[in-house]
Amino acid sequence: MSPAETALAASPAAAAAAAPNAEGLARDGRAERLALLGLASPALLLVLVILVVPVAWLFYVSFIGADGSFSLENYERMINRKSYARIFYTTFEISFLTTGICILIGYPLAYFLSQLPPRVANLCLITVLLPFWTSLLVRTYAWLVLLQKSGLVNEWGISAGLWEEPLKLVHNTTGTLIGMVHIMLPFLVLPVYSAMRAIDRRYLMAAANLGAGPVRAFWTVFAPLSLPGLFAGSLIVFVLCLGFFVTPAVLGGGKVIMVSMKIASNIELFVNWGAASALGVVLLVTTLVILWVAARFVALERLAGGGH
Amino acid sequence: MTERPASALPITIRAMTKTYGRVHALDQVDLDIRSGEFLTLLGPSGSGKTTLLMVLAGFTRPDSGSLKFGDTEVIRMPPHRRDLGMVFQNYALFPHMTVAGNIAYPLRLRGIGRAEREARVVRALETVQLGGYGGRRIDQLSGGQRQRVALARAIVFEPRILLMDEPLSALDKKLRDRMQIELRHLHEQLGMTTVYVTHDQREALTMSDRIAVIDHGRLMQLGAPREIYDRPANRFVADFIGESAFLPVRRKGAEILCAGRPLATESPAPEGEKLLAILRPERLQLLDGSVPPEINAFPATVSELVYQGDSFLMAARLEDGTELTLRDVVRRDTFAELPGPGSAVTLGLHARDTVLIPDDGAGAAP
Repeated sequence: MSPAETALAASPAAAAAAAPNAEGLARDGRAERLALLGLASPALLLVLVILVVPVAWLFYVSFIGADGSFSLENYERMINRKSYARIFYTTFEISFLTTGICILIGYPLAYFLSQLPPRVANLCLITVLLPFWTSLLVRTYAWLVLLQKSGLVNEWGISAGLWEEPLKLVHNTTGTLIGMVHIMLPFLVLPVYSAMRAIDRRYLMAAANLGAGPVRAFWTVFAPLSLPGLFAGSLIVFVLCLGFFVTPAVLGGGKVIMVSMKIASNIELFVNWGAASALGVVLLVTTLVILWVAARFVALERLAGGGH
Repeated sequence: MTERPASALPITIRAMTKTYGRVHALDQVDLDIRSGEFLTLLGPSGSGKTTLLMVLAGFTRPDSGSLKFGDTEVIRMPPHRRDLGMVFQNYALFPHMTVAGNIAYPLRLRGIGRAEREARVVRALETVQLGGYGGRRIDQLSGGQRQRVALARAIVFEPRILLMDEPLSALDKKLRDRMQIELRHLHEQLGMTTVYVTHDQREALTMSDRIAVIDHGRLMQLGAPREIYDRPANRFVADFIGESAFLPVRRKGAEILCAGRPLATESPAPEGEKLLAILRPERLQLLDGSVPPEINAFPATVSELVYQGDSFLMAARLEDGTELTLRDVVRRDTFAELPGPGSAVTLGLHARDTVLIPDDGAGAAP
């Protein structure tokens, strides 16, 4: 049969012959997708039970007033009472300061690590990660011991003649910041370090070849290329800070009240689940908004060619 | 950008040595690169050609040696003061800048004002035939376009020396062939001293004024492409550039003997008793019947005949077991008449194509 004759014989049988096994192949594809979904189902179930359901319940409880009926009083309280504004302000202030100090300490540290030979750098990274393997609570109480009036830091400072009276290093903002920076630092160093490692050395060679001295090359090429990593690290630290509880509770000595601590006191002292839930919802929404804005920012960053 | 730069600079390399552990990456290299010439450093990977380029650019610190651009000793000068353009192997275009930003970068570092900067970027883009691409991001460019941008960035500040590190190796073959010609034209237009590194012998033969063949950190031969190809100085060069078979021959008095028969040559034979004759596939011919005196004849048996479209390869074995290859153009009507495997043939090599090199025993390549 010539090609023309084949085309003329356009019966259903001929159509099937033109796309052999199409139906069976499509069925195989569907079965494969179903099997993949099956593999993911335990995780999906877990997320549903421990995340989606509780958050929905939290959301619901936040709209229940003291008398058990639907009301907006939990949210109204937040707007009307000055103390709440103060708490949100403190939360953001501490989070900003912690993130800022983490950047000041972590960026140069990550840069230093990224310039080491990989084997040495890996060893040093372990020392950065070491705190991760110690309990958060232990580390926080350790700081309490170190920073107290007759603690190691004050003793050494005075015996070295750096200051005369014991400094108030704990039970205040200073103590909170020291503890939080210590705990958050690895979250900043790791993404920044990996971003810096990914920067091709040839970019810096090219910059030098084109006439840039080491300092100019750093600021015009290396720093901009490490920005996405710095941005990601800062975001993680900031978001973690917003909901942080243990460290400010222990090292703040009741003077630094963050949202998470107000949530705890609402439940433990006042047994007001509605008020606690409303605070939780506001904190959650705030965090999501920040992440959403940041995601747009990162996308813009990528558009500018900063991402790899 | 059509006028030549005020002056291109000659490069003088003396006793350049660099070792990594016990390996000599550069072994007492002396090389004079003429002002304005296109010189290619050609060698296999690990030969030291890239090390030499990195020494020129200032990124590798040699153990000892002297390097002059013109009359200025620059061996201890840091890379950012050397004022030479360079095209990196993977271009190293800054991903956080646009095309125009990349090209303007060296001008900004030199404190050139905005208006002139923009004018020069536009001119550089036109020179590499990318007019209107200034606003693009680097990741929107194809490989060939990136190559051009890297070139524009390397020439925009009018350096008197241009270095290129295998700039075409990432491109596909067709584009590579076109870019070779374009780079050649661009060099003629700009006139800066150009040092080009490649491991691709065809690229080197196509583009260069002169080729420096390098192996094991040593300069094996320096010369124009035809000189390198037609008169290789030693076995390494003959083997690395083009294909060739080597036939052991002996000097006996004034004559050169190959398997007892005298060998006709036009160029003088090198010193020594043991020599090698170089047999290039495309210089061999199939003889039928009579053998003119200026042709050296080699009786052989065909072992394989391969059709390659535009040409054919005939592998044949001499009486002493040496494998030769002959390549010739396929003509539609004659291919079928070629002698097949097992046939006895006589291969001829013109005296003018019979080149002898010393048999230094090196290079056990088959």
